[in-house]
Parts: sequence; structure tokens; C-alpha cells
Amino acid sequence: MADYTIKVRRYQPESGDPAYWEEFNVELDPSLSVLDGLLQAKDRDDGSLAVRCSCRAAICGSCGMKINGKSGLGCQTQIGEAQEAADKKASAVGGESEGNVIVIEPMGNQPVIKDLVTDMESTHWTKFRRVTPWLLPHGEPPEREYIVEPESMVDITQSMACIQCGACVSSCLSMEADPLFIGPAALAKAYRFVGDPRDAETLERLTDLAKDPHGIYDCTHCFSCVDACPKGVAPMDQIMRLRRKAGEHGIEDPNSGHAHEMAFVNIIEKKGTLDESLLLQESFAPGVLGKLMPSKRAIKEMIGSLPTAIRGIKTGKMRSLPKLIPGVHHKLPGGAQDDVKAIYKRAEESNIEFNLYIKGEEGDQEAAVEERLEPAAAPGAEEASNG
Amino acid sequence: MADQIKVAYWPGCVSRGFTPELHGSMALVAQKLGIELVELDRANCSGAGVIAEHNQELADTLNARTFALAQQTGLSMMNICSTCQGAQSECQQRLDADSGYRAHINEVLSGQGLSYEKSADGSWNNKNFLWLLVEDYGLDRLADQVKRPLSGLRVGPFYGCYIVRPKERLGYDKYPDRDIYLEKVIEVLGGQIVEYDGARKCCGFPVITMNRETSLTQAGTHVGDAIDAGADCLVTPCPLCHLNLDMQQPEAAKVVNRDLGLAVLHLPQLVGLALGATPKELGMNKHIASTKWVEERLTAVPA
Repeated sequence: MADYTIKVRRYQPESGDPAYWEEFNVELDPSLSVLDGLLQAKDRDDGSLAVRCSCRAAICGSCGMKINGKSGLGCQTQIGEAQEAADKKASAVGGESEGNVIVIEPMGNQPVIKDLVTDMESTHWTKFRRVTPWLLPHGEPPEREYIVEPESMVDITQSMACIQCGACVSSCLSMEADPLFIGPAALAKAYRFVGDPRDAETLERLTDLAKDPHGIYDCTHCFSCVDACPKGVAPMDQIMRLRRKAGEHGIEDPNSGHAHEMAFVNIIEKKGTLDESLLLQESFAPGVLGKLMPSKRAIKEMIGSLPTAIRGIKTGKMRSLPKLIPGVHHKLPGGAQDDVKAIYKRAEESNIEFNLYIKGEEGDQEAAVEERLEPAAAPGAEEASNG
Repeated sequence: MADQIKVAYWPGCVSRGFTPELHGSMALVAQKLGIELVELDRANCSGAGVIAEHNQELADTLNARTFALAQQTGLSMMNICSTCQGAQSECQQRLDADSGYRAHINEVLSGQGLSYEKSADGSWNNKNFLWLLVEDYGLDRLADQVKRPLSGLRVGPFYGCYIVRPKERLGYDKYPDRDIYLEKVIEVLGGQIVEYDGARKCCGFPVITMNRETSLTQAGTHVGDAIDAGADCLVTPCPLCHLNLDMQQPEAAKVVNRDLGLAVLHLPQLVGLALGATPKELGMNKHIASTKWVEERLTAVPA
């Protein structure tokens, strides 16, 4: 048993008062959860402390919250570890190395209803409905069931793992800057249908999400959702898969996201390292030297980046020719550029998407098999559980 | 006499492109610290996460090539960019996870006389300068080299997403303090740590062409928060973050509708100042956000 101080952000709308902090002293084993701590405080100190929870086993998705600034589940965060995290944070900036308060806040990017209870309806669920989260199959339903190869559904099991807790939405830094961003939870769910062989509207879904300026190309690629997710859904990875598929279907988006991706990929094939001026130009006006006309937005962006370029020239950052003129950048020396091209050729033909979530690490499978084959130690000894 | 550190050095694309002051200051600081850099001049871009978005096998193979080139020198690898670190660690995790996949990738590399070998015990590794400084060089050893303590200089750390998330593939189980290394370095160099909200948030660089508003709102907000917390400058180990926080700072100021004007230093520049190098030697005059205030703060307090 150990003593902990949890500092909770509280708010009761009927009081008319603004939000405030309240500290509670709780006493529990370090291996118990932050949620257990909150429930103890609710039981012993203040029954009005509002928190959503249910299963206490990281499967219902109810207890999303921010602990020491990090989004996650209250029931899945050990209070001993939360204490260590709080102590590390404080001592890093010259504070105490132990006994710091554990800070608990409601999830971010969502309005607060009361204490730790947020309005998921207006944010999480509204964005979720935006992506048409149900199957749109071909024609009439079959007499019995849809028959698909199991291998064709394995890909989307990662998206299916989502328990709708909202931790990813809470942590999303794009959404913090742009509240209209569709967001990680909804887009991971969108991939669940885009990757489903029974769905007939793949092209329509991808077009819709790519052409929305707050859609798949609004993700700032920060990994916050990957880190926050208690189930390994890796929403950002699903967003990247949506981008890949949108590109494969030839969908051009108004954010120049696909053009940017292709510009980067093509430049490395030709030059080996990044030619930044060419990247900027090709992102906005691909093949401007004779082929496509840049869009109005592209022209506006390119003119908009002129002041930045001029400042760079003035301070001496960009004085050499390869930096100023798009395309003059050198290739890799020797035969290295040809080696890079050979890699491109092979990767384009083969294009394996190795997903660790599905395949697992090599050793894991062998270890699990070995455990099962070991003779039992003694009567009553624990058996190794199946994976 | 302490061990000489020698590494296969991947300088990345941007340090030789739009942030040349990073490449120069790293060379100068390595010399002062006694770290020998064997530059991988035939290596290719890490993809920065963008190539992986397009074709994962392509990104894995391109980075396997860089790793193989480093392994050919018999040395571990060092990079100077959070984004390279994150992109490369992600690819390395996949390459190390499965011998069949690794063999498939090595097929095309073998045609170039290269092969990426998994090092199960971690004896071969790829570390960015921040990690190398704390883990291999050592903070005590760094402290001994300080000639001009940065007394009174208030420094806000800015990590760059790619070295703090996701923890599970960035070695945090072995090195749990990697997300407070900048604070440790600032302290050892004699500076004052400034705590502010954006230290481990996103600078917005990945969406600068796709959603300028989202991108510069992030950059502007974090710079603004650091100013409000009393910082004299930011320090970052990522040149892409540097581009969005420094080069785009005047534009970011317009988007968040407030005056900014906060110097942003590359990690080797901060270290270099403490080792006695001049701001000019470290290329600080090339920055967009003026570093004059930092220079004044340093001369105001006697060494």
C-alpha cells in the first residue's frame, strides 16, 4: 500500500463557477489503477466526483482521461507508474524527485460536461458518423452470409481493435490546431471499411476523405494517437494507408497532399537526397515545366512562400545555386544513384506491406509454442496461457 | 584518457540544404568534443515518413541501404535529425522483426554489395546526436568540456515528435529518460530550463504544404508559449522543426496574430556556445529569427 495525491480538474456547470483543481489523498497498492484511485476518492471523500467507467479491464472504452498530460485509459494506467511519471517530469525541471501530485484531467479536444466526463457526442461521435461507418455492400444481401477469404480481412483487424475510448482524439495535435479535422478515431474506422473486400464504395469513401480539406491530408504526422491508443490500432498508420490507397486510385486532393507525397518520392529516386526548392514547386505545380497547370491555391501558396524564401536568401541560408533553383540539386556520387533506382524498381514491383501488429515479432511465436510444449512442473502449477 | 568516439555519420538532407548552419556547427562541435565523424556521403534520404506513406517496402529498403553502408565501416551510426531517427527506427523495427522480410530486403542490396545485419544485442545502433551525447559520450564528460557556462540563459527544449513517440519502438524500455535528455543537457551546460506546453508537441512541419493554417498555428503557438514562459531561446535536435519554428516564424506570427521573435538554436549550436565557440562560427547569423538577444544574454553574464 502506498499514499498518493491525485490532483483532479473539476467542473460543475450548475455551480456557475469556472473549473478548479482539487487534490485527494488516496491509499492503494502501486499495481492498482489510477481509476481505482479516483473511485476511492469518490467513495471516501466526495461522491460527486464524476468519472465514466465500467469494465475496469481496458475493453469498454469508457474511462478515457489525461494522466500527467498523457491521454489513455484510467483503468489501464497503474498508479505506481503514474507516480513515477509525475516524479520524472518534476525532477527534470529541478523539482522534487518523489511525492509529486498525479495530475488527472478530462480528455482534450472535447467540451467538458462535468469533472472528467466529456461531451463525446459533439466531437468523437459526430466525426465518426461523418465517415459512414457501416458496410455499403454490392447489390442485394446474400441468402446466408458473405463469403470472403480470411486473409482478405486480416488487414483490417487492426482498425477493428478500436474500443472507441477517444484517447486518440484527446491527444490529437492536428485537432488542437484545427478542430474541424476529421481525426484519428473516425479515419481509423474509415479504413476498416475501405479495407473491407465486401464494401462497394471504396473509391467514393477515399475521394470524400481525400477531397475534404480537413480530411486525411490534415494529419500532422505526430504519432500522438499511436502512443495514446490502448489497443494498438495506430490510427495514424491507418490514415497513411488511406493516403496510399487514395493515391493508388489516382485521387488528387485540394491540399496538394498527394502531389507532395509523389514529389518527395520522385525527387529521391532522381537525386537521392532532398531538393527542397524542387519539393515545394512540385508539391504545388507538378510537372509545371510543360504539363499540368497549377491550381489557384497552388499559385497562391507558391507566391505566399516567396517572403520566406527571400528572408532565407537575405540571411545567407540559401545562397548556393542548388538551393535556389529547383532541379539543380546534385545526385548521389558514384554509382549510388543507380543503386537507389534499382531499389525503387524492386520496391515498386514487390510492394510488401509488413504489418507488425498482424505478423508479430518472429521470436514471439516460437516462444509461445515452446511454452505449450514444456511439461507441467507440479500438480497445481500454473499453465502457460494461450496467446 | 576517455575513449575516442567514432561513428558513421548520416547528416540527413536538410542540414545540407536549408539549414546549412546545422551541418557546420555539428562538424565544429564534434571536433571540440573529440567525436570522429565518418560521413556517409553515398547514403540516401531516410524518407522522413513520407516515402513510407507511399510504399513501406521502399522506405525499409532505402534505410536498410543506409544502415548497411554504416555497417560496412564497422561503426555504429549517428544522425542529427529527430525525423531521420524516427523514420529509420520504424524501418529498423520491421527489418529486425522478421528474418524472412529482412532476407527479402537484402536481396536487392546484395546486388550492390551491401547487406543489413540485425544486431540482436544492440551492439550496432543508430542514434541521434542528443542520445549519443547522453548515453555514449556522457553528461559528466560533457560538463568537463564546458568553457563558457550558459549562466542565466533560459532555454526551452523542443524535441520533435519523431524522437518521443511512439515510445515502444524508440528504445524507451532500455532508456526511459530519452524524453528529458534536452533538459539534462541544458542543465549540464549551465543553462536554465524553461518549462512550457509545447516542448514535446508538433511543430507542424509535415503539413506545411497541405494545411498551412494548421501547421503555422502549431509553430506559432509553441513559440508564443515559450516566450510567455520567459525563454530566451528554444533548442531543437531536428532541422525540420527548426525550419517551421525559425524559418517560418514571421509567417507563423501572422497566423497566430502576435509578435514572436524568439531565437531557435540547433542542439550542436547550444553545445558549441558552451564549449566556447562564437555565434558566428556556429552560423547563428543565418537564422531568420534573430539570435542577437541570446548573444547579449551570454556576454552580459561573466563566464
